[in-house]
Amino acid sequence: MTGLFELLGLGASAELLSLSGWGGNLLRGLANSLQIAFGAYGLGLVIGLFGAYGKLYGGKVTRDLLAIYTTVIRAVPELVLILILYYVGSDIINKISEGLGGGRVEINGVAAGIWVLGVVQGAYATEVLRGAIKAVPVGQIEAAKSYGMPAFMIMRRVTIPAMMSFAVPGLANLWLIATKDTALLAVVGFNELTLETRQAASSTRAYFTFFLAAGFLYLMVTLCSGAVFARVEKWARRGQPSLKGGTS
Amino acid sequence: MKLKALLAAATAAAALTAGAAAAEQVKIGIAAEPYPPFASLDSSGNWVGWEVEVIGAVCAAAELDCVITPVAWDGIIPSLTGQQVDAIMASMSITEERLKTIDFSDPYYNTPAVIVADKSMDIEATPDSLAGKIVGIQASTIHQAYAQEYFKDAELKVYQTQDEANQDLFAGRIDATQADSIAMADFVGSDTGSCCEIKGAVADDPAILGRGVGAGVRKGDDALREALNKGIAAVLADGTHEKITAKYFTTSIY
Amino acid sequence: MTGLKELMQPHRIVMMLIFAGLVIWCAVSLRWDWLPKYAPLALEGLWTTIWILAASLVIGFLLAVPLGLAQAVGPWYLSIPARTFCTIIRGTPLLLQIWLLYYGLGSLFPQFPWIRSSELWPYLRQAWPYAVLALSLSYAGYEGEVMRGAFSGVAKGQLEAAKSFGMPRFTMFRRIWLPQAIRNVLPTLGGETILQLKATPLVATITVVEIYSVSSRVRSDTFIVYEPLLLLAVVYMAIAGVITLAFRRFENG
Repeated sequence: MTGLFELLGLGASAELLSLSGWGGNLLRGLANSLQIAFGAYGLGLVIGLFGAYGKLYGGKVTRDLLAIYTTVIRAVPELVLILILYYVGSDIINKISEGLGGGRVEINGVAAGIWVLGVVQGAYATEVLRGAIKAVPVGQIEAAKSYGMPAFMIMRRVTIPAMMSFAVPGLANLWLIATKDTALLAVVGFNELTLETRQAASSTRAYFTFFLAAGFLYLMVTLCSGAVFARVEKWARRGQPSLKGGTS
Repeated sequence: MKLKALLAAATAAAALTAGAAAAEQVKIGIAAEPYPPFASLDSSGNWVGWEVEVIGAVCAAAELDCVITPVAWDGIIPSLTGQQVDAIMASMSITEERLKTIDFSDPYYNTPAVIVADKSMDIEATPDSLAGKIVGIQASTIHQAYAQEYFKDAELKVYQTQDEANQDLFAGRIDATQADSIAMADFVGSDTGSCCEIKGAVADDPAILGRGVGAGVRKGDDALREALNKGIAAVLADGTHEKITAKYFTTSIY
Repeated sequence: MTGLKELMQPHRIVMMLIFAGLVIWCAVSLRWDWLPKYAPLALEGLWTTIWILAASLVIGFLLAVPLGLAQAVGPWYLSIPARTFCTIIRGTPLLLQIWLLYYGLGSLFPQFPWIRSSELWPYLRQAWPYAVLALSLSYAGYEGEVMRGAFSGVAKGQLEAAKSFGMPRFTMFRRIWLPQAIRNVLPTLGGETILQLKATPLVATITVVEIYSVSSRVRSDTFIVYEPLLLLAVVYMAIAGVITLAFRRFENG
């Protein structure tokens, strides 16, 4: 066993991965990745909610524009979108700021990452939420309307709670995509987990040690999220009869 | 969980809109990928190396408040023109091609380009000798431009970082690599580089290989260029440059 | 709403006009002078993208069938490894997997000098075998999960009927189970193929010269940022469109 470890260059792993060694860097990268993933996921949900409403109840132009948005985002590789949004985003913000007479805007890496991945997530979230809202029985919304509830209150009190159970599986999947997509930001030079891993690996030449360690960290995030989402799903389904296959 | 995510998004949006520059900080772009011994990360996450120290010295002499900002090398010029950074000090040579897009300060170091290959290989730094060989080069460098011009008969493999090219030279996936002599001297002196040796410098072509390494600034940003020129002249004059060089290298690299 | 309804026809026309205007503006005011010089390289890159995509789809699918079968009906010593494999592949970023395969394995070569004199060396030293391998494994991981559902979804009665006819197990698998399972996954296959297409540019990071890396090359040679990226996005959209149309035909036909 030790022979195999030595062979793979894992001999000095414990030392290299200690917190005072490169382990701290990996954890810092993980924190960055999670921060970006959280932000992008949140931004994606906001875009998705508006997008879904726009697609369902919006005017023709809104609907067409949203269709273009979701189609384009889902057909172009994330890596390409990230590059385009990364360069375009900062250009636009600076132009607007200059137009308003303001100075240049500093965009930190995390905010840029959130914006880029959030726009991508938004397209997928739009589709997930649209499907979920459509699955809510029309009668429930009509009943709320006939009580004279304002539109926003209907959304908050009826539509969103009722659609949650339909949306959670899709949203869980989106969260996993968000965490993994943060790795793509390594290509534009963000110090997230994958880039930290590569820097550590190429500085120490212990490729297997660090790539396996990073893989383990990502896997832990996935598995923990899976457990959390299982609970959320249970919570979202509370009060519903447990009909298997009734929600897909 | 959703609320938390929303909050995070809201803060991010706030950071995007409200983060207007408070102080006159100068963001110095360096390559996010390690480039020892000029700039690399240590295990506590700090950038160290010859160039990092020179940046500090130049900024101090020019009385600039500099922040080191790592950017992917591949997109470092777009980052400068897109205003994500204000200057590039990432071992970037001053070439005609780059001068079409950005301006440069005076040079602060200069090294020849060399060919590195396995010790057992009978390779010289000439186009004839490299014909039919696999040559690894880093993307967006003078070496890529040079190899594309002169080593037309070689198979070129383009890497995002020189480090990856070195790794593949070590692994035997490429026969040779062209890069900066100082960085390569460091590499062949390391454990992984022990496989290989510097086979010689390539024939000079100033049009492609440039006139040394300078700090890149946006076209028209003359104030910053002048300030950096002043800083570079000061560190060269007062011996700081020499002192930093002595810490890393045995010979002068200016 | 009525006002919008009246606008229903004209609004699309207006949008198309705006779009046409945008295209013309792009063609006129953006820089395209690099295009003729890089066109041959771009075509080569496009071809690489397509064949790497096709190869990884075929290999990945062939791996996904046993993975799905093992998870659906296999004994524990097959289903647990299969499930573990799928979880690991789906739980870690593809970029990390690609780098682990390429640079991780690469770092082992110098310890085994005989590798360099072996017959496989000409392949091992190139990048595309790693790219195809990593993409295939990734596709197998995702599709294996889908195939598991597809195999479980085949109606039991059909299998029992086949059994009662005395059909050998392999014939039963080949004639009834597999075709039905494939029919079950067919509607998702188009989407999965597009996802796989979107994963291909990652192999550019290990020096495979496909269409994405050609656009990077243009960017690094000429410092033109947007134009190659825009064109690249259009190319990917076109490929995705062709895939969608092909699968629609396939499903209907």
